[in-house]
Amino acid sequence: MNLIKFLDEFTTDKLQEPMTSRRAMFGQLGSLTKKAAIAAVPFGLATMSNKAMAQSGSSVVDVLNLALTLEYLEDEFYAMALDSGVLSSNAKAEAIYMQISKHESQHVDFLTAAIEGAGATPVAKPSFDFTVGGAFDPFNENGAGQATAYAQLLALAQAFEDTGVRAYKGQAANLMGSPGVLTAALQIHSVEARHASEVRRLRGLEGWITGSQRGAGMPEATQAVYNGEDNVTQGGVDVTTLGSGSPFTVDASTQAYDEILTADEAVTIASLFIES
Amino acid sequence: MKKKKSIEVTTQTVGRNRRNFLKVSGLAIAGSGLLLASCSDDDDNGNMLGGTFDLGTGDVGVLNYAYALEQLEAAFYTNVVNGSFYASASADEKAILLDLYNHEVNHREFFKAAIGANVPMEQQLTADLEFDFSSVDFSDRDSVLGTARVLEDTGVSAYNGAGQYIQTAAYLTLAGKIVSVEARHAAAIRTIINGSADYTAFAGDDIIDDNGLDLAASPADVISAAGGFFVTPFTYKNPQA
Repeated sequence: MNLIKFLDEFTTDKLQEPMTSRRAMFGQLGSLTKKAAIAAVPFGLATMSNKAMAQSGSSVVDVLNLALTLEYLEDEFYAMALDSGVLSSNAKAEAIYMQISKHESQHVDFLTAAIEGAGATPVAKPSFDFTVGGAFDPFNENGAGQATAYAQLLALAQAFEDTGVRAYKGQAANLMGSPGVLTAALQIHSVEARHASEVRRLRGLEGWITGSQRGAGMPEATQAVYNGEDNVTQGGVDVTTLGSGSPFTVDASTQAYDEILTADEAVTIASLFIES
Repeated sequence: MKKKKSIEVTTQTVGRNRRNFLKVSGLAIAGSGLLLASCSDDDDNGNMLGGTFDLGTGDVGVLNYAYALEQLEAAFYTNVVNGSFYASASADEKAILLDLYNHEVNHREFFKAAIGANVPMEQQLTADLEFDFSSVDFSDRDSVLGTARVLEDTGVSAYNGAGQYIQTAAYLTLAGKIVSVEARHAAAIRTIINGSADYTAFAGDDIIDDNGLDLAASPADVISAAGGFFVTPFTYKNPQA
């Protein structure tokens, strides 16, 4: 993706957007607390498939700010994980986390530049609490011990990556009027899917999701990440009925398609880890 | 390309669909190579390039394009599974390849159904594309996994590159549901190829750029990467956004 072309497209979007809605949006994003700002983004757009509506600049910036919020979360999580020492005795896990951390940091920079290039203000970085009020101790800060911390560190990474895949997918249709932005978002989306596959396999699971199973060892609090993944109806067709044999079992039919999360659902999941 | 292995092909239907050509395009795939042909005429009046089927434009073009790629992937993994994998395949590798077979066959049949329900008969890509896997040694681990890697990475890049040409939101979402599974596949295959030699291969620096973005390729580039496998000729012009 050519960043210049991407930014140029944003600039065009911005110019086409009515001043009133722009002012309203930026005022809204700028004046609220971090957590409230995320909630205030008009997430109802996620259900909107009207192409003309989706072309408005505010929609594109809102989608990018949602994406940026999720990338902030992942970026900080992996940076803290690498700093914690919990991975230092596992060369494979550490190498995987370093590679993912690099990408999440690049995604934060890319999305920030894209939003600024559109003349908009990137949503501020929230304060995160990866212990979820003390329920977890992924960085071994509160005496959980290396083994427990390591298991939680991997479980949270799986939840974040599988959430990221679903959240980006849920926003794709809102970017239809901006081909360059859509392509870049799809390119991030598939990177998140590669991450998800690898983290799942590192945890001993398959790289793909079966039914709505969160998988062995995943805390129940992460079930919201997997609800709805048991869907077998694609484009109005029950894909289990398209043939016989192993490709058309319910398991295979759910593995073969990842499902979306709406923006509301993605924000609800992310909010578990946002303090303010 | 020497010996041809035909996968689930009946030339009868190929012939039927070849007659149901659509348009002449600027890009043609024929046999083992890429045939570039120029044509100034761009109308819908059934211009014909050697009786070659054209995938079409807009949503029809993308659906047919995806169907062609899913047929290719499904045919490849069908060969892998039917050939009892390669001799040294571990249980983990067999399980992964069987899952990939299941998923790609499901994708293939999904596109067949979607196209059957939404695309006029004469614009439907044949269900019986013929492939040439003579370049693959199905008894050899490196050959099988290397081909799987190319097909999965190519699938990811193809969907990423074609998303912008989709005109219907529901189709874009469906493409998204499939491309992330292709990316999950690609990561797993890359990891079992590289093992401890490179723990970052699942999303390696060879495919992810400095902005953290995955591959995205135009149909022309995808077809030049995968074109050697296609025997049945068809054409696909690069769609206009």
